[in-house]
Amino acid sequence: MNFRRAYFLLALLLLWVSHAAAALNLDVVKQLAADDSDEKIAAISKLLASGDKQAAAVLRAMNDDALFVAGEQVFFLQDEKAIDAVTGAVLPSTPDPADAVIVNNRVRAKLENALAGLKLLDTDKGVRLTAARELQSNVGPGMLLILEQALAQESDPQIKQLLTYAHAQASLQSEDAKVRLAAVQELGKSESTTVKSMLLALLQKNGDSFAEPDAAVRTAAQAGIKSIESRLVWSASINNIFSGLSLGSILLLAALGLAITYGVMGVINMAHGELLMVGAYTTYAVQGVFHAYFPAQETYYVVAAIPVAFLVAALVGMALERLVIRHLYGRPLETLLATWGISLCLIQAARVIFGPQNVEVSNPEWMSGGVEVLANVVLPWNRVFIIGFAVGVLALVWLLLTRTRLGLFVRAVTQNRAMASCVGVHTGRTDMLAFGLGAGIAGLGGVALSQISNVGPDMGQGYIVDSFMVVVLGGVGQLAGAVWAALGLGIMTKLLEGWAGAVVAKIVVLAIIILFIQKRPQGLFALKGRFVES
Amino acid sequence: MTSAALSRTPLLFRISQALGRRAGVALGIAAFLAFVLVPLLHLVVPAGNVFHLSDYFVTLIGKILCYALVAVAVDLIWGYAGILSLGHGLFFALGGYVFGMYLMRGIGLDGSYHSPLPDFMVFLDWKELPWFWHGSDSFIWAVVMVLLVPALIAFIFGFFAFRSRIKGVYFSIITQALTFAAMLLFFRNETGFGGNNGFTDFKRILGYSITAPETRVTLFALSALALMLTLVGANYLMKSKFGRVLAAIRDAESRVMFLGYNTLWYKLFVWTLSAMLCAIAGALYVPQVGIINPSEMSPANSIEIAIWVAVGGRGTLIGPVIGAGIVNLAKSWFTVSFPQYWLFFLGTLFIVITLYLPNGVVGLWNSLRARMKS
Repeated sequence: MNFRRAYFLLALLLLWVSHAAAALNLDVVKQLAADDSDEKIAAISKLLASGDKQAAAVLRAMNDDALFVAGEQVFFLQDEKAIDAVTGAVLPSTPDPADAVIVNNRVRAKLENALAGLKLLDTDKGVRLTAARELQSNVGPGMLLILEQALAQESDPQIKQLLTYAHAQASLQSEDAKVRLAAVQELGKSESTTVKSMLLALLQKNGDSFAEPDAAVRTAAQAGIKSIESRLVWSASINNIFSGLSLGSILLLAALGLAITYGVMGVINMAHGELLMVGAYTTYAVQGVFHAYFPAQETYYVVAAIPVAFLVAALVGMALERLVIRHLYGRPLETLLATWGISLCLIQAARVIFGPQNVEVSNPEWMSGGVEVLANVVLPWNRVFIIGFAVGVLALVWLLLTRTRLGLFVRAVTQNRAMASCVGVHTGRTDMLAFGLGAGIAGLGGVALSQISNVGPDMGQGYIVDSFMVVVLGGVGQLAGAVWAALGLGIMTKLLEGWAGAVVAKIVVLAIIILFIQKRPQGLFALKGRFVES
Repeated sequence: MTSAALSRTPLLFRISQALGRRAGVALGIAAFLAFVLVPLLHLVVPAGNVFHLSDYFVTLIGKILCYALVAVAVDLIWGYAGILSLGHGLFFALGGYVFGMYLMRGIGLDGSYHSPLPDFMVFLDWKELPWFWHGSDSFIWAVVMVLLVPALIAFIFGFFAFRSRIKGVYFSIITQALTFAAMLLFFRNETGFGGNNGFTDFKRILGYSITAPETRVTLFALSALALMLTLVGANYLMKSKFGRVLAAIRDAESRVMFLGYNTLWYKLFVWTLSAMLCAIAGALYVPQVGIINPSEMSPANSIEIAIWVAVGGRGTLIGPVIGAGIVNLAKSWFTVSFPQYWLFFLGTLFIVITLYLPNGVVGLWNSLRARMKS
C-alpha cells in the first residue's frame, strides 16, 4: 500500500517535473532499453504518466522498432533522420554502432495500451473519441493518471462522459475501498451492458469470499446494477419495437400482393416469395448496369431499381396468371401445387443464371449509418428508409384500389365475382391485372429486402408462410387488416425473440395464430356480407 | 344386405370381399416378390451373379416402399377427404425420430466417446438423459411411441383446426407452418434430438447388426408388409360407409352437416390415422437409410409427397404407390445424371400434372382404356 502511494506521488512528481522541463528524464529513457521486460514496462508507465509530447514520439518509435541505443545516447529514427529521444533534437549524423531496443509480446501489449492512452491527449477530437471508446472495454489501473490528466483537459461532453466511465473502471481495481465506492457510484450512471457485467463481476463469489471484499461497495454495486437495468430495459424495448416495425414493413410488402391476389382469386401463389427474389435480383442487375454505364450516379441505382423491379415482377406475375393459374380456376389446392412447381423452376433458374451463391447488393452511401435517438438506440438508415418505403407503397396501393377504375373492379371481384361479371366487369382481365399488381408489389418488396438481407436463390422461401399468416390474421380483401396484422406480427415476433429466442418466438406466434383463428375464422377484419361457403 | 347382417360376417371375409379377385391376385404376386424372390436374390445368389440384387438396390426399393406408404397416407386425407396437408413430413420424421431414439440407445458404449449417452449429448456436456428419452432403450416402448406420439400431435392439431373449420388452402398453409416450426425446433441443439446432425451411426436393432444383409432384407420385407396391409385395410375402410361419408365431406361438406353428421370426428379420425401411417413409414425408413435429421421436416419435402400422390392419381389406392415409385426413381436417376435439371423436372411435373393430368397416371390409364373399348 505504502509502496503504491509512494509510486503515485513519484508519478505526480514526474508529471510536474516533465511539465517544468520539456526534456525527458535520461534515466527513464535508458530504462526503456533495459534487458529486463519488467524494467521496460515500468519505464513505459513513467513515460506515459509524464504525458509529454516527446514521450509519445518515443513510445511510438519503440512500437515501430525504431528506437536505438548507442552508448549513453538513446535516439530513434523518423523520416530517415535520427532524433535524440531525450531532447527531441535532430542529430547531425546517425550514431554507429547502435543496438535496436527489443520489444517482446508482453512489452508490446503494454506499449499499445500506453499509446491508446496517449491518444486521449491528441488535439484531434475524432482521435480522442475513438481512443476513449476503445478504453471502455480495456482499461487498467496504470491508466489512472493519464485519464485524470485527460479529464482535466477535455472539453467535449461526450468524450468527457466516456472518460469518466473509463476512469471509474480503472479505479475499481484500486486497493482503497473509498476510491472503489466512488467508482461504483459513478459506473451506476452508465447505460452500457459491459459496465453492468463489470459490476456483476464484483458480486461474484470465489468460494467463501466475494470478489469485492467491502460490503458497502457491494451494496452500491447492487443499486448501480438495478438502475442500469431499468435504463437498459427502456432502450431495449425501443430497439425491439423499432426492429419489429421494420420486420412488419417487410412482411407488409411481402403480404400486400398476396392479400390482393388471394382476395381476388382465392388462390395462394406459392411462387410469391420467388417474385420477391425476382425483384431483388432485378435490383442486383440494375446495380450492375449503373456500375458499368453510369458510375457517377451509382449511389442512386436503388431509385432506378424501384420501377424496373416492379415492372419485371409484374410481367412475370401476369405471364404466370395467363399461362398457368387461369387454367386452374376453381381448383385452389391444385393451384397451390402448380405455383409451387413454378417457384421450384424460378429458384433453379436463378441458380443457373446468377449462380448458387448469394450475390452482393451494396447499400448506397446515403443509406448506411444510422440516426442515434438515445444512447444505445441507433436506428439504421436502411431500416428507416424501408419503413418509409412501405408506407409509400401502401399509400399508392390504397389510392389505386379506392380511386381508380381498376381498383373498383378489383374490389368488386373480391366481394362477389359472379355479380361483378354480371354487371359487366371483365373478370378475366381484372384477374390478370390484379395478379400483375400483386406480383409488382412483391418485386418492390424484393428491392427493400435486397438492402437488408442476402440476395440468393432461396431468399423467397422463408417468406411465403409468414406472409400468408399476415393474410390469415388480417382477413381477406382488406388493406387495413393486412397492415395491422403485419405490424402486429412483426412487433410480436421481435418482442418474443428478445424474451425467448427466435425459434421459440416463431412457434409461439404460430400457436397464437392457430388459437386466434378459433375465435375469429375470418381474420381481424372480416368483410361484412352474406356468404355461402363453397 | 343390412348392417346387422354385415356385422355377422367375419371381418377378414369382409375385407377380402372388398378387395376383389384381381386385386387379390396382384397382392399375391407382390407378396411373392417381396417375401420370397427379393430375399433369395439378395441373400442366396452370390454377388457378381447377374441375378444378384445389390445392397443399393434393396435399400432403394425399401426406401421407396416407405415413401409409397406415406403417399397412401396422404391420399387418404387428400384424395378421399379433400384435405391437402403440406405438413405430413412432420409425422414421417417424428416416427423416424422416435424409432431413431431406440436405435441411438442401441449403440450403447460403441459410440466415439464410449459413453452410455448418445454422442451428441456427451458433446453438449449433458450428464443424464432428458426425461423424454426415458424408456427409449426398450423396443416395445419405441414401437408404441412411434404410434402414439405423432398420433397425439396430429389429434390435438387436427382437433383445433377442424373444430374451427379451417379448410382449403388455409389448412394447407397452416400445416406447412407447423412442420416449418417443428423443423426450426429440431434444429436447435437444446431440443435434445441431436440438432442439425440428427441421429446417425446406428449399430444394431434388437441385437442384430443393422448393416447385415439379413437385417436389410427383413426391414425391406417389413416395409412391403406394412404397405400391403395398409392398402388392404384402406381399401376396406374406403369402401365402407365411413369412406362414403368421407367422400361426401370432400364433395359437399355443408350438405353432409345439414344431414346431421358431425364432420369433425370423421375428418379427425382419418387425419390421425394418416399421421400414424406416416409415422410407421418413418420408423421403417430410418433403419434402412441409417440417418434422420430435421431437414426431413422441411416444407419442400412435405409438398413433394403431394406430387407423388398427384402423379399417381388421387382418390385411388394404387395411384400413390405408382406415383411415389415413378417420382423417386426419376429422382435417383436425375440427381446422379443431371443434378442441375432435377428441380426443373420436378417443378415442371407439378405444373404439367395439375394442368393436364389432374387424375394422374391411373386416370390416364383409365381414360385410355375407356377410349379403346368404345
